[in-house]
Amino acid sequence: MTRYVLKRLAGAALVLLALSVLVYALFYVAPGDPARLACGERCNPQQIAQVRERLGLNESVVAQYLHFLQGVFTGRDYSTGTSVVHCDAPCLGLSYQNDQQVTRLIMERLPATASLALGALVVWLVIGVGTGLLSALRRGGPTERILTVLTLAATGTPVFILGLLLLMVVCAYLQWLPFPSYVPLGEDPEQWAWNMLLPWLTLGFFESAKYARLTRSSTLETLAEDHIRTFRAYGVGERAVVTRHALRGAVPPVIAISAVDLGYMFGGAVLTESLFGIPGLGKTLLEGVRSIDLPVVVGVVMVMGVAVVLAGVVADLLYAAADRRVVLT
Amino acid sequence: MTPQSTGPLVEVRDLTVEFDREGDPVRAVDGLSFTLGEGRALALVGESGSGKSTVAGALLGLHRGTGARVTGTVRVGGIDVADADPAELRRLRGGVAAMVFQDPLSALDPYYAVGDQIAEVYRIHAGGSRRDARARAVEVLDRVGIPDAARRSRSRPHEFSGGMRQRTLLAMALACEPRLIVADEPTTALDVTVQAQILDLLHELRRETGTALLLVTHDVGVAAESVDDVLVMRGGREVERGPVSGVLGAPSEPYTRRLLTAVPRLDGPVRPATAAPAGEPLLEAVGLRREFGRGKRAVTAVDGVSLTVHAGETLGVVGESGSGKTTLGRMLVRLLDPTGGRLRYGGAEIGALSERELRPYRRELQMVFQDPVASLNPRRSVGESIADPLRAAGERDETRIRSRVRELLDRVGLEPDRYEAYPHEFSGGQRQRVGIARALAAEPRVIVCDEPVSALDVTTQAQVTALLAELQAELGLGLVFIAHDLAVVRQVSDRVAVMRGGRIVEQGTVREVYGAPQDPYTRRLLAAVPSVDPAHAAERRGRRQELAAA
Repeated sequence: MTRYVLKRLAGAALVLLALSVLVYALFYVAPGDPARLACGERCNPQQIAQVRERLGLNESVVAQYLHFLQGVFTGRDYSTGTSVVHCDAPCLGLSYQNDQQVTRLIMERLPATASLALGALVVWLVIGVGTGLLSALRRGGPTERILTVLTLAATGTPVFILGLLLLMVVCAYLQWLPFPSYVPLGEDPEQWAWNMLLPWLTLGFFESAKYARLTRSSTLETLAEDHIRTFRAYGVGERAVVTRHALRGAVPPVIAISAVDLGYMFGGAVLTESLFGIPGLGKTLLEGVRSIDLPVVVGVVMVMGVAVVLAGVVADLLYAAADRRVVLT
Repeated sequence: MTPQSTGPLVEVRDLTVEFDREGDPVRAVDGLSFTLGEGRALALVGESGSGKSTVAGALLGLHRGTGARVTGTVRVGGIDVADADPAELRRLRGGVAAMVFQDPLSALDPYYAVGDQIAEVYRIHAGGSRRDARARAVEVLDRVGIPDAARRSRSRPHEFSGGMRQRTLLAMALACEPRLIVADEPTTALDVTVQAQILDLLHELRRETGTALLLVTHDVGVAAESVDDVLVMRGGREVERGPVSGVLGAPSEPYTRRLLTAVPRLDGPVRPATAAPAGEPLLEAVGLRREFGRGKRAVTAVDGVSLTVHAGETLGVVGESGSGKTTLGRMLVRLLDPTGGRLRYGGAEIGALSERELRPYRRELQMVFQDPVASLNPRRSVGESIADPLRAAGERDETRIRSRVRELLDRVGLEPDRYEAYPHEFSGGQRQRVGIARALAAEPRVIVCDEPVSALDVTTQAQVTALLAELQAELGLGLVFIAHDLAVVRQVSDRVAVMRGGRIVEQGTVREVYGAPQDPYTRRLLAAVPSVDPAHAAERRGRRQELAAA
């Protein structure tokens, strides 16, 4: 087990390295001049050249990449013209736009993303698993048909449409909630929760469709298994058969897929964050791409990579814990 | 518990069960009537599709709410199964009549400890605290011979062997002290020695508790060892019913007679003795080995096996599950690479040849697999499947391929026009014929048959083994017949190798191995084979105890 985790983490390190190379390569071939964008609209060529020199863009791509790696492992110093800024390891560089340290920027933005992802997780587990279980039990009946239509509709509706509809109905029309604006949890927990409610519901609804289908199919699968027949044949009541035995079999895949999804969301749910103005990683990434802010983009992509890879390991561990027949090697 | 009526424990009258299969009604049970008295044992014997398991389910009302149409009366312990209210039905299930299911791997919930599963069932019927129920679970697990029951009761089913899982299911049935145990093929998935242990245990438990038994089985031998009365079923109807000695000893119905003739038995006919094979063997293995995995987890599946196969000869390989017989069979045709030892075919060393060097030999070494369902691609017509080896051998001419496939279909006793038919349109026996036709297509000289008949009913089994013998005589094939069924191997083989733990413990002619077994393991195996003759059951039981004690 420990061996398995170490093996997976070693693999993860390789994946991340490859990912960073890929992002660097992509930016090198992409059109646009980061120096010009960083300098602002009224810069003359001379100023742009200065900026370019300062950002280290005159170096070869390979040298830039090696400097980046050096920053990650040992930290590095940046000169901003007048003074020298030290950036501790793991240093993901300075933003081209405002010289902010990318590592710090990410740490600032991470709580918002985490709030969104964890809240959405609760929503999709409750709604998704509940709906799935209900439609498994009522299969063939009108309840199931209605639920199937709803889940299909939810899967087919893009997050931004769903979010906009919720905003329009809840905030604009019914005026039950103010238009959300992000309040950090540490500042005011109550305001944090009220403002996150709509984003949670939007993302959670969207995801719950998938979980409803997953729960439904794995519950039905378990209900058709022989051991269910055993307990029925021993007079175990239908409710106990379903909750104790059938649902138990549906749990492992739901846990495993949730862990993976959560991992993706820690990299930022770009659409939801943009729609609700949540200052999270997704929004940061979008801004970074727009201004060709290479260090920011690489930094966020690396965090996404770490989240996704770790989520995979966690999913495997949880699955093995939920189903003891699984042996990790 | 006092019986609520003075009638028999089980009373089935004019039972008819109909299912809908793809819209068409199928009558699984058709007007069956029988009774079973307190403490008695009855076996329902029949081939697949005879409706015997459906009857077992009907005794517990398992068809209620499934869409099956049940008519007639079923009374168990005075409870009318069709009319009982849900509470009464739950009391019946497990409290009055307990079911022991087939396939113990999937009959227990994989997510809970076995002790908890028994305790859950016990509490439904006996009530009481969790702790008492748990104690009862340990008690019955101990009773069915689970060693260190208190500790093992916390194991999940997958941590148990097949035999232990079957014991656990028996323990679950015992937990609530039912008056009737309904056992549906309780030993079908087990090795023969384990089967004997379970049947002996069942016998002992019944003697102790006086519980009645309804045993559903396809295996006449299992029935002969375990019951007082036999009811032979076919197509949902009764063929013959009576005391076990009468029905199996002197059957009056032609179907029963046919069934009994088809059952391979240890005292049945063997192949006429042939002259000792002369000359070079066709296939020869010397010290063949195969390991799986590396380091600490390495398992030696085949551990230095030496054998020969001559043209026109059948070598039977028998062993229990895990003995390495399938691994050996696959190595003999180089589907698996040996990790040690030598393999010679027709004088050439082929054990270590690369895939490219092996090409000329591939067509001459063929295999027939156990599961005729899984070994045929369901999405390709059987003709295409049979044509595969021809195409692999480089044949490109479509008309020649077609005519050869027709010929092969005809040769294995199928209609030559069924090139375009798909596997699901065939019965199990017919599918195995397709498998044999596919093996024959490449004109092999050696065919390794891995459990070729174990998924088939006995009457079909007999037809398929007869076909193999016929083909062998005609084509001079060298056959390796791998099976767990000692009686079948005895019937079809010239020589036999008994495998255990990756080694051959005994090898010789059929007469030698079966007539005067030298190895104690062979003797135990032979003693475990159920005899079709009920008169011998008690005697054999005693002999097994002797061997176990020795």
